[in-house]
Amino acid sequence: MIKLNLNGEPREIAASADTPLLWALRDELGLTGTKFGCGVASCGACTVNVDGALVRSCQTFVGDIDGATVTTIEGAQDATTEAVRAAWVELEVPQCGYCQSGQILSAAALLRDTPEPTDEDIDAAMDGNLCRCATYARIRKAIHRASEIVEG
Amino acid sequence: MMNRIISQAVSTRGTTRRGFLKMSAGAAGGLILGGALLPTAATAQAGPDSLATPFVHIRPDNTVVVIVKHLDKGQGTATGLATLIADELDADAAQVTTQFAPANTGLYANTLLGVQGTGGSTAMPNSWQQYREAGATARAMLVAAAAKTWGVDPASITVSNGEITDGANKATLGDMAATAAKQSVPDSVTLKSPDQWVYIGKSFPRVDVARKTQGSTGMFGMDVSMDGLMYAVSLRSPRFGGTLAGLDDAEARAMPGVIDVIRLPDRAAVIAESTWQAIQARDALSAEWDFSQAENRGTEELRAEYTALLDQDGIVFENVAVSQAEEVKVIEADYFFPYLAHTSMEPIDVTVLFDGAEATFWTGSQIQTLDQNIGAQVLGIDPGSVKIETLWGGGSFGRRAIYDSHYVAEAAMIAQAWLQTHGQARPIKLVWTREDDVRGGYYRPMHMHRVRAGLDADGNITSLKQRVVGQGIAIGTAFEQFMVSGGVDASSVEGLGQHSAYTIPGWSVDVHHPRVGVPVLWWRSVGHTHTAYVVETIMDELAEAADVDPVEFRLRYVSDPRARGVLELAAAKAGAIPDGLTRGIAVHKSFGSYVAEIADVRIRENGTVKVEHVTCGVDCGVPINPSNIEAQIEGGLGYGLSAILREEITITKGEVNQSNFYDYLPLRIADMPTVDVHIVQSTEAPTGIGEPGTPPIGPAVANAVRRATGQKVRDLPFSNHGLA
Repeated sequence: MIKLNLNGEPREIAASADTPLLWALRDELGLTGTKFGCGVASCGACTVNVDGALVRSCQTFVGDIDGATVTTIEGAQDATTEAVRAAWVELEVPQCGYCQSGQILSAAALLRDTPEPTDEDIDAAMDGNLCRCATYARIRKAIHRASEIVEG
Repeated sequence: MMNRIISQAVSTRGTTRRGFLKMSAGAAGGLILGGALLPTAATAQAGPDSLATPFVHIRPDNTVVVIVKHLDKGQGTATGLATLIADELDADAAQVTTQFAPANTGLYANTLLGVQGTGGSTAMPNSWQQYREAGATARAMLVAAAAKTWGVDPASITVSNGEITDGANKATLGDMAATAAKQSVPDSVTLKSPDQWVYIGKSFPRVDVARKTQGSTGMFGMDVSMDGLMYAVSLRSPRFGGTLAGLDDAEARAMPGVIDVIRLPDRAAVIAESTWQAIQARDALSAEWDFSQAENRGTEELRAEYTALLDQDGIVFENVAVSQAEEVKVIEADYFFPYLAHTSMEPIDVTVLFDGAEATFWTGSQIQTLDQNIGAQVLGIDPGSVKIETLWGGGSFGRRAIYDSHYVAEAAMIAQAWLQTHGQARPIKLVWTREDDVRGGYYRPMHMHRVRAGLDADGNITSLKQRVVGQGIAIGTAFEQFMVSGGVDASSVEGLGQHSAYTIPGWSVDVHHPRVGVPVLWWRSVGHTHTAYVVETIMDELAEAADVDPVEFRLRYVSDPRARGVLELAAAKAGAIPDGLTRGIAVHKSFGSYVAEIADVRIRENGTVKVEHVTCGVDCGVPINPSNIEAQIEGGLGYGLSAILREEITITKGEVNQSNFYDYLPLRIADMPTVDVHIVQSTEAPTGIGEPGTPPIGPAVANAVRRATGQKVRDLPFSNHGLA
């Protein structure tokens, strides 16, 4: 069994070591906030935090992260992520919403590293997160808004 | 487009419409008009002591549940319908939630389509009257209940922000729900005048965004979870129309988690305990295919055939007399538009449970009537025995509005085979991987256009001769009888000639619809994706050749004042061209709405294009929810920009060359311009907004590039020319 600290709780994964974390989260542990979009780390919908780093869970195999601390959209409740959520709701960023778990976790990671990002910083940091609804213009605005919320 | 076609079917082909309704009659029969009570099913669904109508439930806990008959796949329709009900009901926005309607064509038909379905940007137009009446009816019954309870004149009662009062007494909507349910349904209601609107034209918070920041639990079909769920992934023919000639599934069956492998005529489905195990085992299948009936040509062969057709007269769609003036300048151009995939972020999925007598499908169903009927047909049961649980769509862009319900049918075939083999009903979630989606067809059809346009000595158009070559989307489908007239498929020519906002002398259009085995489908704004590009780039070239300002030149030919309005609005708001940028404009009418887009574009040192800013003028009738209109215009132009920059599906010897987001390349954030949307404060009935933002952006950007560099991009995408 693979052991994880998942969203603050100890959890075990029975799936084989070569199973992508994405599918263990979704099908075995029932955490469906992490989305399947491409399976090849090209779209960012499956983004999660592993030991504090953003990863694409579709290309992260559970056998490689035994003992790791994993945070998914369901468990991300730190002040920065909550500020991102508040800005997302205020500016009504999501359209279909399918990519937004990944967008939000990527935006929060950007703001933790760069509390007052420029548009260029945002474009660079968010490049890996596709949105077919093209909510990008509002994502940029909402990241700036979240920055204001965090800074108080 | 679909709206026009099916509404035509509704109005002029009674038998066909009856056919649709008959097919779908199922459990609930008669047509119930907006606001009428449905005491049985709706009350059961709403719970006791509720005021329950087909379109809204008011519960004793003071929640207002708006029943959404359309699919919301991001375009904001659930919020739009909630806005209409809440306004007439004078509800507090905070007490309003939504729930998708069951499949029931009698109750929930799109009044413009005649079937329960969402498409052609018709959701708000067809619901505008119906949902306001439903809200007003519920309000009248709540007022009657309060009047009776308090023993006062109903005229003394006001409702505001969810509070009912006569000045002395106060109640919530929920307080009065049970009594209201016992009141008689008013024969007619008076709708608010525009000056009384509290949400319409102002703002109403989106009902879905908070959940969509929390992981969207329970919203999407991909996330469906239930006891005993199995997962299915199929291996399909690598060429369209191929059939399965042989299958070696021994290796797959021996893999962990694999429960069964089901062989169907043109595919094999692995059923496993998890999605990942199903994907792995699918990859271990070894199949032999029979391509004798398959489409074995590639893009190169098809393009050569289309090019040859450009030299031959086609079926006449439009033929306006040419100007008598002498032609002194001529522009001739050929255009190529590739196949495009929709690639919604949520890949295709549907969950099915079939017990031999009844079936339920869980999916982001866009045409519930067809999904219900086709599911029933495959399973050999009555449509009334098929439930469709509509879930939020993780995008669609047309992909879910599918004339043959092919993935519902696929799931039904798998479920039926499972039941026959195992004798026990278990839920199965069919998942398409991204590769399945990109390579799976149902594309925006490849098209070519040939144009010959002339100017007289005064710079006026003498003629515009246009030939269109491309697969008709409806040809060969059940929709053919409604959508194809005189051999012309409306989906190839919408936006041209009589359907355009221009009146141009000598505008003639003829059409060829070659038969190709690649399945094609509507793709956000459908035929307008190419017709607007051709017309608006040619108009711009003509303006330049005539040495006339591009706005002024267009206005010479704009016969529709609303098109003039958005063009002048955008031009006024765009201001001066910023230093170092080049500007292109386009205006187009689609789905009853008018959009002008002015693109300010940077040509980078390496020759690639960066669209910096787009100024938009929009007239979609009464702007129900301005924030959502802005969002749809931003998203719509982003979708169109994505297509012209890098998207193309190419085919070699019948096989699709692209497979995932590393070789099919949608727009990423760095390519997204800033966008200003200026909305005309119209009092016309509302028209579509999901699609009309898409058509103008391509030609606007192409015009900007041509004006800066002289390069005429007539062969898409831009990436094939070093421009992206």
